[in-house]
Amino acid sequence: MDTPKIEIALTVNGVRHDIAVAPWETLLDVLRERLHLTGSKKGCDQGQCGACTVLVDGERINSCLALVVSRDGAAITTVEGLAEGGELHPLQAAFIEHDAFQCGYCTPGQLCSGVALLHEGRVHTREDIRELMSGNLCRCGAYTNIADAIETVLDRQNAGREAAE
Amino acid sequence: METANIHHIGNPTNRVDGRLKVTGAARYAAEHEASGLLHGVIVSATVAAGRVVSLETERALSVPGVVEIFTHENRGSGAWLDRNWKDEVAPPGHPFRPLHSDRILFAGQPIALVVAETLEAARDAASLVTAAYEVEQHCTELEVKRSEAYEPPEKRSGIPPPPEPRGKPEDAFERARHRIAADYRIRAEHHNPMELFATTCVYEGKDKLTIYEKTQGSQNSQGYVASVFGLKTKNVRVINHYVGGAFGSALRPQQQLFFAVMASLELKRSVRVVLTRSQMFYIGYRPETRHAISMAADNEGRLTSIIHGAVAATSHYEDYQESIVNWSGMMYHCDNVKLSYGLAKLNTATPCDMRAPGAAVGVTAFECAVDELAHEAGIDPLEFRKRNFATLDENMGKQFTSKALSACYHQGAARIGWERRSAEPGAVRDGHELVGLGMATGMWEAFLMKASAEAKLTPDGRLQVSTAASDIGTGTWTILAQIGADALGLPVEDVTPMIGDSSLPASPVEGGSWTAASNGSAVLAACEAIKQTLFKHARKMANSPLTAASFDEVVFLSGRIALRTDPDRGLSLPEVMHASDLDEIRGSGKAAPKLLQMRKYVSYTHSAVFTEVRVDRDIGIVRIPKIVCAVAAGKIINPKTARSQILGGVVMGIGMALHEEAMTDHRLGKIMNHNLAEYHVPAHADIADIEVIFVDEQDEKVSPLGVKGLGEIGIVGTAAAVANAIFSATGKRVRDFPITLDKIIR
Amino acid sequence: MIRFDYVRANSVAEAVTALSSPGTRALAGGTNLVDLMKYDVMKPRRVVDINRLPLKDISERESGGLRIGALVTNTALAWDARVAKRYPLLASAILAGASPQLRNAATTGGNLLQRTRCYYFYDTSTPCNKREPGSGCSAIGGLNRIHAILGASNSCIAVHPSDMCVALAALDAEVEVVGPQGVRTIPFPEFHRLPGDDPQQDNTMQADELITAVILPPANFGRNHTYLKVRDRLSYAFALVSVAAALEMRDGIVRDARVALGGVAHKPWRDNEAEDLLNGERPDETTFRAFAERLMRDAKGQGHNDFKIELARRTILRALMQAAAGTPQNQSDKVIR
Repeated sequence: MDTPKIEIALTVNGVRHDIAVAPWETLLDVLRERLHLTGSKKGCDQGQCGACTVLVDGERINSCLALVVSRDGAAITTVEGLAEGGELHPLQAAFIEHDAFQCGYCTPGQLCSGVALLHEGRVHTREDIRELMSGNLCRCGAYTNIADAIETVLDRQNAGREAAE
Repeated sequence: METANIHHIGNPTNRVDGRLKVTGAARYAAEHEASGLLHGVIVSATVAAGRVVSLETERALSVPGVVEIFTHENRGSGAWLDRNWKDEVAPPGHPFRPLHSDRILFAGQPIALVVAETLEAARDAASLVTAAYEVEQHCTELEVKRSEAYEPPEKRSGIPPPPEPRGKPEDAFERARHRIAADYRIRAEHHNPMELFATTCVYEGKDKLTIYEKTQGSQNSQGYVASVFGLKTKNVRVINHYVGGAFGSALRPQQQLFFAVMASLELKRSVRVVLTRSQMFYIGYRPETRHAISMAADNEGRLTSIIHGAVAATSHYEDYQESIVNWSGMMYHCDNVKLSYGLAKLNTATPCDMRAPGAAVGVTAFECAVDELAHEAGIDPLEFRKRNFATLDENMGKQFTSKALSACYHQGAARIGWERRSAEPGAVRDGHELVGLGMATGMWEAFLMKASAEAKLTPDGRLQVSTAASDIGTGTWTILAQIGADALGLPVEDVTPMIGDSSLPASPVEGGSWTAASNGSAVLAACEAIKQTLFKHARKMANSPLTAASFDEVVFLSGRIALRTDPDRGLSLPEVMHASDLDEIRGSGKAAPKLLQMRKYVSYTHSAVFTEVRVDRDIGIVRIPKIVCAVAAGKIINPKTARSQILGGVVMGIGMALHEEAMTDHRLGKIMNHNLAEYHVPAHADIADIEVIFVDEQDEKVSPLGVKGLGEIGIVGTAAAVANAIFSATGKRVRDFPITLDKIIR
Repeated sequence: MIRFDYVRANSVAEAVTALSSPGTRALAGGTNLVDLMKYDVMKPRRVVDINRLPLKDISERESGGLRIGALVTNTALAWDARVAKRYPLLASAILAGASPQLRNAATTGGNLLQRTRCYYFYDTSTPCNKREPGSGCSAIGGLNRIHAILGASNSCIAVHPSDMCVALAALDAEVEVVGPQGVRTIPFPEFHRLPGDDPQQDNTMQADELITAVILPPANFGRNHTYLKVRDRLSYAFALVSVAAALEMRDGIVRDARVALGGVAHKPWRDNEAEDLLNGERPDETTFRAFAERLMRDAKGQGHNDFKIELARRTILRALMQAAAGTPQNQSDKVIR
């Protein structure tokens, strides 16, 4: 059986890609192997570690469990798209400042997940950060530093919002 | 070394590789491109012992895009002799040779490699390969083989066997006022670094390879490939700039390296092989251990007898060894000690060093036993440990180069609020939760290994320092830059570290917590050589303010070489180089253990771990609101990355205490929870507050930098501290790790 | 992952037609189906992508209650203001499960169709009646720490892994499915089934039927409820035991009690007769203890999971105390109040 490939369009970090894909290709594999955006990581390939987290239409998902064909037309942000014009996203900068990673392999997933968390607006406590980041495993054990980094950016974000009000 | 001009050492410098890692630009082993790259997927055996009778590959070969399927019948030829398959850290025995024959020694053993033009085709085809086996009897259960445990006839290099017994431990035990005897079990654990094991082997033409490899030792992998495949070492270049965690699992070359290289040489194409998460459960692991410990103390709580026997699992083909029980003879003063260690062969892959191999399990069991004895003697467990403080390594009769453990006890206790601890277990309640405090001592050897480095200074004032070290998240990139910057008085941004490449100066594998001390000292020595050259040229310059100075009288500060007594009088480094018409200055340096000193001294890192736990009285859920880990590790080069090392060790210690275990169905000889959903590593919600303290510890002897190393110490003692806190909270001793809630409510 | 064909359905009718051809599976969020396909546990010949179907709304029903489209994501459902206010038990159960990433992709219909996490079901080299009917059950006599204590059979001791479904069971939800014969509504207790002799069937849907909605009846459990989940780590793990408890209280007396258990059976477990023991009673420890005892009356361990029986009793008791006190479990705060 040689299923014909299916034409789809993906906008990744603002760049449109028209590609032909097989039904069984995942978003993660297409990002890594076809588009050479290897920032998104494969840690388990089964939705159990979160290293492959990307934003699809603004929401964080595990790209390893997404058949890319079903995401035709989606706008995707990967870790490579978080910085703007060479300037790091505040969370990226906070990750460096708080040493929120060691080996760096779970980091792109943590960052995409964290950026989504900042947008979702559902964090009220430190416990909320921990719970809502629990889909991203870190075997180097940087959790407390990750929470610190997120908290710092969140506080700044909230302070900015209050100042604006 | 100079002390006047230290600016970067001791600074919490941000990781120099940080930006690459937060932007996704750091490339790991599976992320390097090559033209015409093929993808290999390994097929694993589904039985634990026997023979492959037949392999059905027809269906797989018919999948579009499949290029070749390698089995034991058509594999490329490797070296004939065992010694050609031994890597730098191989234990005694016969190293595993993938696809060597039809024999199956453990479940998950590779039986075929499918190579295809795309990853999807290879994966698809691999699932269509089927094997028929002639099944033989297997055993994967340590308890069954415990009675057949044997002392390994050949010792593993670098692993001291248990010391000879001292005193009369049995008699002392019989006579003692206070005594305990207990069995402990620590189940097998898997490293599970986040990155999947991967090799991208780039075929560069006849017998020449560039290999991007997940390894803790580029030169170890290079040597293995050259020796197994009969290639010239200079034609094999292994690169491991970024390693997505390893924790020991990438010390030895793993299966994917062999397969990628073999397929690449056979097909004359570039090949990438990546293990699946499930397959990673069938490479090295921390073996299950069983411990029988009996201990005794006198009326004053002084230890009078220590007997610790441990049995650990190994494979059928190698005698993997760790130093498990030795710690029990050196952590405290005791005149009557007997330690023993045996191995039992199981149908598994050979175990592999995992963060603090040996100590992580041996000290866990022993420090639980110490807690039990302190309780039995009616003495506070911290006080008990202080009373039995060891001022000497009593196994070897040698002195410690330093041991600031008392400061760890003192500062750690203060930060956890040890005075809150109730002597009576189960006495403190808060709502439905029982609250307990526990502690343990940790210990790890401070190694100094042979390592080489080179440094190169250019007239633009930039310094390059290079050594074939690896950074597996440890911060090696960063601290080498700091060391170089300090040595020559440069901004850290002007130093380019170069590591992760087998073509760089010789380095041991990255393990044992020795990299900072060993490679760091080699880099320091290389920089010292440059300083000497600079000084020589600077003195010779016309009107040099340094003409009359000796080397000891100059400092390297702010990009200048100047008089120590009058730093305004000096020359900029570019000035010196231009005047002397130098394009570059190179220096090389080495580090090596000081054998003479080692006759009299030993060096260890020490720690005290304090834990508060809260246990739901009915449901048995354990929470750890706070852990304090106080560490005496000599000089801390970078408090930021150093702290992260300890955090990581503590988190893995929490995993050992509460979560991690390989669940093997012994009927099948197979691990059944071979994924990250059912093999639980701590998740973010499990980790609350961890405080790291580095106590002041000056040690001139341990290494030229005064550094001891930090990669292991964070895990040592942590699981015991948690278990002891659970006892304090509940009055329940769980001696079987991990302490899952069923063991608490039982 | 074995190769397969792909079709995209543009209408429910198209989807149903596609499903009538053998070996076809509906693909929604993919969080479980794709996972199972990667392990070669499920090998559909064709996948029909239903993600474009207009099943993404939560709407009010004339008779009260809510109609939740099958493609409403777990996240959208958990954070919907109406759900949070009127069915906080459901929101809480959803948030106790998986991770934010998975909840963003997973759908309401897909959650109902989640398959068990039994180790042997996932490992194609071992016998499993659910995966390979007639091959045997490896979990019996094998590793069964996470397995069923209620309603198991000699063929299968697997448990249903969903958290959301436990709440739906407690809330007496209904499942709306569409097939070639049209629309039918399945009461929640009849949707999932016990393994019996044919554990390959997780539920009572036909292969050519498609879930289009979950119906929530009007409910009065806005105050006295809780979802209490006990697992091996504090988040991102499947339940050892979970309890969805909802009480309607008047004048200090329980008028309507609903208790559903997760992690203990092949389906979310309810026992209406046992619940009757609570109705008309004061919500105190004695009553709840008797209830827990009764609910576990026929519980049977398999060895490794024996502890679950006592754990379930204690979790039921604590959950009912939480519900009665109006202090539901917070899914971020790991202290069980």
